[in-house]
Amino acid sequence: MDYDIPINIAGLDLKNPVIVASGMLGLSQSIFNRLYKIGAGAIVSKSISLLPREGYRNPTIVSVGNMSYINAVGLANPGAESFSTEISKNNGPLLVSLVGSEKSDFSSIVKLFRDHKILGFELNLSCPHVEKMGMEIGDDLNLVYDIIQSIKKETTKPLFVKVGLGKSDIVEVANVAESAGADGITAINTLRAMKIDIETQCPVLENKIGGLSGSAIKPLGIRCVYELSKSLKIPIIGCGGIMTYSDVVEYMMAGASAIQIGSLIGLKGICSVGKIVRSLRSYLEAGNISDIREIIGIAHR
Amino acid sequence: MLIDKNLMRLVKIEDVSIETPTVKTIFFKDSLSSVSKPGQFLMVWIPRKEELPLSVMISDKKKYAAITIKKNGYGSTSLFNKDIGDRIGIRGPFGNSFSCNKALNNVIFLGGGTGLVPLVRLLYYIKGYDSKFTFIMGAKTKSEIMFTELINEWAKVKKIDLHIATEDGSLGAKGYPTDILRDFLSVHKDIDMIYTCGPELMMKKAYDLATKYSVHMEASIERYMKCGIGICSSCCINDKLVCVDGTIFNEIKIQKLTEFGVSYRNKSGILTKF
Ligand SMILES: Cc1cc2nc3c(=O)[nH]c(=O)nc-3n(C[C@H](O)[C@H](O)[C@H](O)COP(=O)(O)OP(=O)(O)OC[C@H]3O[C@@H](n4cnc5c(N)ncnc54)[C@H](O)[C@@H]3O)c2cc1C
Ligand SMILES: Cc1cc2nc3c(=O)[nH]c(=O)nc-3n(C[C@H](O)[C@H](O)[C@H](O)COP(=O)(O)O)c2cc1C
Ligand code: FES
Repeated sequence: MDYDIPINIAGLDLKNPVIVASGMLGLSQSIFNRLYKIGAGAIVSKSISLLPREGYRNPTIVSVGNMSYINAVGLANPGAESFSTEISKNNGPLLVSLVGSEKSDFSSIVKLFRDHKILGFELNLSCPHVEKMGMEIGDDLNLVYDIIQSIKKETTKPLFVKVGLGKSDIVEVANVAESAGADGITAINTLRAMKIDIETQCPVLENKIGGLSGSAIKPLGIRCVYELSKSLKIPIIGCGGIMTYSDVVEYMMAGASAIQIGSLIGLKGICSVGKIVRSLRSYLEAGNISDIREIIGIAHR
Repeated sequence: MLIDKNLMRLVKIEDVSIETPTVKTIFFKDSLSSVSKPGQFLMVWIPRKEELPLSVMISDKKKYAAITIKKNGYGSTSLFNKDIGDRIGIRGPFGNSFSCNKALNNVIFLGGGTGLVPLVRLLYYIKGYDSKFTFIMGAKTKSEIMFTELINEWAKVKKIDLHIATEDGSLGAKGYPTDILRDFLSVHKDIDMIYTCGPELMMKKAYDLATKYSVHMEASIERYMKCGIGICSSCCINDKLVCVDGTIFNEIKIQKLTEFGVSYRNKSGILTKF
């Protein structure tokens, strides 16, 4: 009961608006069960591709201080078939994140999951560090439209589209996603970034370039959600640099109906998921806010 | 100022000691690692090559720390080839630690391969306790046996029973260290703790024996690690993350780990049988 802040988003009833972002603890059903138990409103799986991917060699994640990381995991994942076996007994609020390099990949992956007990899907159009996957697709608006339509043909489950800051305008990409039938937008993903060790004079990440996450990107995330909510009818899930309940409130005031947390789990551990829900509840109680919907988009007034 | 242990620190290799033809201990200055607890590990960056999780080894010098590396594949060989003056990056220490309990009467250490690293470090820390110590180590062959000089040195001050098993019988008993453990437990009824680290199938045998004889145990479990900070889930075993919930698990926790000694996740995250 402690974790109840009921919210409805894109037709889904969630017990609270705190969702675990893709790439965080996203591989194992046992860990999903642990996350449900400790309060997660929903979980997004690691982005799943048609075939298994080993990802890049270590180091894949580097801390850059100020509660921020740069990662280039390289979309390591067990592939659609193994993962569909992994979650075959799931009955918690799980969204499967999809990644691919061509249109046909997505429909093949979705077919494997459409009969599973999952909430729906999130399309990752914004991974900034793998060639021909994620961002490079997100930058091609015609392809985005086609992919979303091909996914919607295979499933009636809700589809969220995760957009980031690539070459194309984020609002434009999201508008295309909405017109193609997306049920919601997740914003934002990590941003292309780099760390060089000045003593050895070499890039730290094996892939050299990775994606920046954590506190450093929060103001960008807030701005994106604010702009997106001006022009979209479908709901938005805010993501990027959320560390405390006040960051959640800020995202919701900008227009997000729910939020995702990522880096926080690395900084404060797995229990931070439940803690942020509980402190959000206390905030609402203290402010006599009986329905969290009251604060969504309030900054637009 | 508080140092963020997640931020990579560049350190210079100050000294190197050869343990076996394929194993080296590397010493460097780092105050955070020097005060790490027995059983904790570091993420070690070999510039332009790889980053590896490695147990913290012993260093006698204040503010210094050490790691012991066995030459194996790409990453470990790159580190093995480093020498005095070369620089490596470290972050950590991460993970929990072995319990160090003065009240224990009769303690067994059971290790194989580089699993010996955290065990000898633990022994170093608790060798002053009144407990009785038995150290059982295993290797394929004589040339791979290491740290016996260290242990024999400490044994001059305090009795430490050292048993060695080699698979080819070139040193000590022929067979597995768990054979020695089995015989030992069947005779000695007063053992109160087994500390173990090494190949998982060896630790699984030790767990089965510990259960049979109702002896407490703590095992350091190894899994493929990427982040070391509990976000990538590559190191998961059942619903636990080895990098933050472990690496050390006691018999009560192991009982719930149905994947222990059975399966692990490969680099892409697929559950794979041993
Ligand atoms: C907590 C922990 C402590 C460790 N302590 C030591 C130690 O003190 N001394 C020591 O020599 N080795 C230790 N290892 C093992 C070490 O991290 C490497 O696995 C080993 O050095 C082989 O590396 P490689 O690059 O040569 O392997 P590769 O040839 O790349 O791979 C061979 C095998 O090594 C293992 N491996 C490779 N990279 C990793 C990784 N990032 N995480 C886990 N396993 C990996 C995998 O099983 C892989 O199949 C430890 C591992 C863990 C998880
Ligand atoms: C280690 C790591 C792995 C990630 N993997 C994925 C992924 O597979 N798919 C995806 O859509 N986003 C991935 N992300 C991005 C996160 O889902 C999230 O959008 C980003 O980290 C910003 O949120 P944060 O600041 O709360 O971490 C990853 C992030 C990190 C740090
Ligand atoms: S190594 Fe990433 S979660 Fe443990």
